[in-house]
Amino acid sequence: METTAPTAPTLNYLNNGYGLKSWLLTKDHKRIALLYLWSITAFFFLGGFFALMIRIELLTPASDFVQPDTYNKLFTMHGVVMVFFFLIPSIPAVLGNFLVPIMVGAKDLAFPRINLLSWYIYVLGGLFTIVAAVTGGVDTGWTFYAPYSTSASNSHVILAGVGIFITGFSSILTGLNFIVTVHRMRAPGLTWFRLPLFVWAMYATSLIMILGTPVIAITVLLVAVERGLHLGIFDPALGGDPILFQHLFWFYSHPAVYIMILPAMGVVSELVQTFSRKNIFGYSFVAFSSLAIAVIGFLVWGHHLFVSGQSTYAGLMFSLISFFVAIPSAVKVFNWTATLYKGSISWDSPMLYAFGFIGLFTIGGLTGLFLATLGMDIHLHDTYFIIAHFHYVMVGGAIMGYLGGLHYWWPKITGRMYPEGWAKFAALNIFVGFNLTFFPQFIVGYLGMPRRYAMYAPEFQIYNVLSTAGATILGAGYLIPMIYFTWSLKGAAIAGDNPWGARGLEWEIPSPPPTENFPASPIVTENTHQYAPSREVGIV
Amino acid sequence: MFTNFPFFPEQASQQAANVDALYFFLLAVSAFFSALIAILIVFFAVRFRRRSDTEVGEAIHGSLALELMWTFIPLGITMVMFVWGAVTFFHMTRPPQNAMEIYVVGKQWMWKLEHMDGAREINELHLPVGRPVKLIMGSEDVIHSFFIPSFRAKADVIPGRFNTLWFTPSKAGRYHIFCTQYCGTKHSNMIGWATVMEPAEYQAWVAGNVTGGTMAENGAKLFSDLSCNTCHLDSGQAQGRGPSLRNLYGRQVLLQRLETTVADDAYLRESILNPQAKIVSGFQPLMPTYQGLVTEEQLLQLIAYVKSLSDAPPPASAVKK
Amino acid sequence: MSDAPPRYHPPPVAIHPEGHAPTPHHPWLQHHFDSMEQQAEASTLGMWVFLVTEIMFFGGLFMAYLVYRHQSPMGFQEASHHLNIYWGAANTAILIVSSLTMALAVRAAQTSQPAKVQVRWLLATIFFGLCFLGIKAIEYTDKFRDHIVPGAHFQWEGLYPKPAEQFYSLYFAMTGLHALHMIIGIGIMAVIAFLASRKTFDSDYYTPVEVAGLYWHFVDIVWIYLFPLLYLIGRHYTPGGH
Repeated sequence: METTAPTAPTLNYLNNGYGLKSWLLTKDHKRIALLYLWSITAFFFLGGFFALMIRIELLTPASDFVQPDTYNKLFTMHGVVMVFFFLIPSIPAVLGNFLVPIMVGAKDLAFPRINLLSWYIYVLGGLFTIVAAVTGGVDTGWTFYAPYSTSASNSHVILAGVGIFITGFSSILTGLNFIVTVHRMRAPGLTWFRLPLFVWAMYATSLIMILGTPVIAITVLLVAVERGLHLGIFDPALGGDPILFQHLFWFYSHPAVYIMILPAMGVVSELVQTFSRKNIFGYSFVAFSSLAIAVIGFLVWGHHLFVSGQSTYAGLMFSLISFFVAIPSAVKVFNWTATLYKGSISWDSPMLYAFGFIGLFTIGGLTGLFLATLGMDIHLHDTYFIIAHFHYVMVGGAIMGYLGGLHYWWPKITGRMYPEGWAKFAALNIFVGFNLTFFPQFIVGYLGMPRRYAMYAPEFQIYNVLSTAGATILGAGYLIPMIYFTWSLKGAAIAGDNPWGARGLEWEIPSPPPTENFPASPIVTENTHQYAPSREVGIV
Repeated sequence: MFTNFPFFPEQASQQAANVDALYFFLLAVSAFFSALIAILIVFFAVRFRRRSDTEVGEAIHGSLALELMWTFIPLGITMVMFVWGAVTFFHMTRPPQNAMEIYVVGKQWMWKLEHMDGAREINELHLPVGRPVKLIMGSEDVIHSFFIPSFRAKADVIPGRFNTLWFTPSKAGRYHIFCTQYCGTKHSNMIGWATVMEPAEYQAWVAGNVTGGTMAENGAKLFSDLSCNTCHLDSGQAQGRGPSLRNLYGRQVLLQRLETTVADDAYLRESILNPQAKIVSGFQPLMPTYQGLVTEEQLLQLIAYVKSLSDAPPPASAVKK
Repeated sequence: MSDAPPRYHPPPVAIHPEGHAPTPHHPWLQHHFDSMEQQAEASTLGMWVFLVTEIMFFGGLFMAYLVYRHQSPMGFQEASHHLNIYWGAANTAILIVSSLTMALAVRAAQTSQPAKVQVRWLLATIFFGLCFLGIKAIEYTDKFRDHIVPGAHFQWEGLYPKPAEQFYSLYFAMTGLHALHMIIGIGIMAVIAFLASRKTFDSDYYTPVEVAGLYWHFVDIVWIYLFPLLYLIGRHYTPGGH
């Protein structure tokens, strides 16, 4: 720990060159991470605004706040923006871009210019989607099932589809960059099993990004082609097969949810170690679980088609494998919890987010088991139970992981400490607001309230009112970190190289780091996260 | 349970209780593990709270025994869920032979239901208590999904094919019908009511609501109006240009190139709309397509007619669920 | 463990920063790489990973083709007959030869042969690529002339019009996507040829040629799959006396 007041290094990546050009033409992975930070934050608030509109409408059973057509566009745009423009890029493009090179002891990613290109591609895709939104919107649902999307919808399907197509390449290039960096640019002595678990998680995520994203790209291209040229690919009236669309769509979109959660799990592994000052329990099990989730995650997509009339035997296979994919996640939860045992637990705000993640992800993941259960899914499919399930894992899980990581590495990224009191308050706010928003949705889903309904049966109202109340608290909770993070850039205390007393290569360089990260390539002689003086107990 | 805070829909079908039992099991397991993790986290966070700035955690790296335990115990529990769910699913997707058939056509944004005896309903479904019902469903436009929460019954309704759904109503009452696959502007308005009545009441309702002939009778009329009978002659006369349809439904059909298929609802539908797809062995590909010339409802009536041409029920193994 | 509670020690020195005087390095060595070897390995791995994504990209179309061919085998066979197998075979031969000239270009760079030799092989590759595209243009024009381009003006005289339109939708989507990749490939070759003419490549640094070669071979292999799937199915069988 520092005994004298920390000072910021004089030359770092933030002040190494001023002006718009030095940012927009940067090759520095750290600056690119910040470019992503601003853009995904903007999209988060756009998607959040749509959510607010939805929840206001759902205060009453009738469609009285907005017209049904508008409502349909709101939930579609909420899904499209949150999935493609916030959740999928968030941790990889912000925290991953910033940290992966540093964590492997490199000066930058393998392909810095491709990294910058990926940001521009992301922005271009986002622009198409924003244009689609402001010129009338899309109303197909983010899942744009055919033949509604190809033949019946009167909205800007092709425009939004082009936006998604383009942004997919941003994801592919990010994944490609990470894979090559982890394979080829590790510092001398940094073997695979000395890597931080965050890097393992990013690697597994990158595998999914490169294998899955091209399939959604071709799918959305085929939808656009069918819609524009009236070819019979998915529309049965033209000779096509609508179930083929569902298979192609979910072949990517199921692994996509693992793109969204694996990075957050990587963050939690880091947080749990640092804030218990203890090695992770079962390092190799956690590392291999990330890979297992990535691989098995490609084999379960048919669980989205249980009520579509697909063959019973296909249903059986997908159900069985869906249960298998839950096991590595369970292993991780137990390992994180076991890490706390006899640790030295700090209650700093990043750790509060980690606690929130573990608890809420457990609930969300367990409710996934309900949906993997064939006989159960028939009743629950396309109801609010599903919505509650995926928001528990995506918001209670992924977003909490993202916020935890943002808080943890904020001092490294900016050289400043945010105000801890406000951070704790915001974390609590978010936790309470989140549960109040989404827990009632489990109940109203089992009662039978279908999803994507602008108006609903009156007996569902009480749960919707509770949910909207929660959403208001949650929304306010998200605003608080925006404010203090922004304030901290100028107003907060200087953080110093290692304010948390953590292990890891990123904590051995200054905050903020110099542009080239390391003056010379570090030589690693042991696990980068070794808290214990030596290995004394147990097996890894 | 609590009238202001309902938690479960009514159990109005025989399978509802089974589904709810499965739900309670899943709920119990989830509650147990959620509570376990939550309690452990809180307990550890308090018990091992950092007491001084320089305190560090103990040097523990892992335990193979624990890893195996918390891999295989969850695996065992999930396999129980899988089997229970699969068994329930099998039961929910295999209608009994004597199920009463009702045809459903979904279109933006209404449900059209037709009983075999000719009673037609829109957004309403009248049913007798205690009798298994099989819905045969098609869509005129986009994908819909037919959902009756109180029956715990749901199936997607997909254009270009038929999906079936079955249940046995067990309690008289009125229950929601919802469309539960987003289908456009009035998706949330594509709702209705299933009314379950005592058998005597149901018979009275049927008697008062039959209009315009049974489905098979309407199908027979279409069959001659559309000149199907010029090629598909009844057996007993000379073989026509097309194969005879008597005693066809549910049986194996020999196609060209030694392929075979079963003459089920989907086959009949395809043969009317896309006759070149499967050509019966020994016949020429002469049949014109009726795509665009018949509506979904008319298709169902024609199929009902062909079914009525079978003297005996088809062999059980040949009937698709 | 000792009896005293564990105490926090400052991080052990996990990294040993090693100072070194700046060494003269190859003009094409990017600053974030430690050596030309590392750069070459990273670039090559990067191209392989990219090619895997391309397999998944084309894979979606192949999946659609599989499903629809299974659904309408007779219709697809009938539709496929209309493709000109001679043009298809010629294109296959042209692409295989172009892969040979590409491999020779990589070898020329790898063995430090003179720039004009490298350029010659690269220009030959471009030439064959353009021949391929020229034949494709002829085939596409024929389709327009015969009204078998899917869409409003599609006319089909055979027994299976719907499957024929599906077949040709997939034909244009798959060969069109492939042709787009060829055009990009020719563009890349032109850039590489230009750099080669400036004496950029030798045995110390030929990675861009190698990596471009990988891309070119991949585009070739996609065609090797497309040709039999689209042109050669059911050649022995003529449906309905056609």
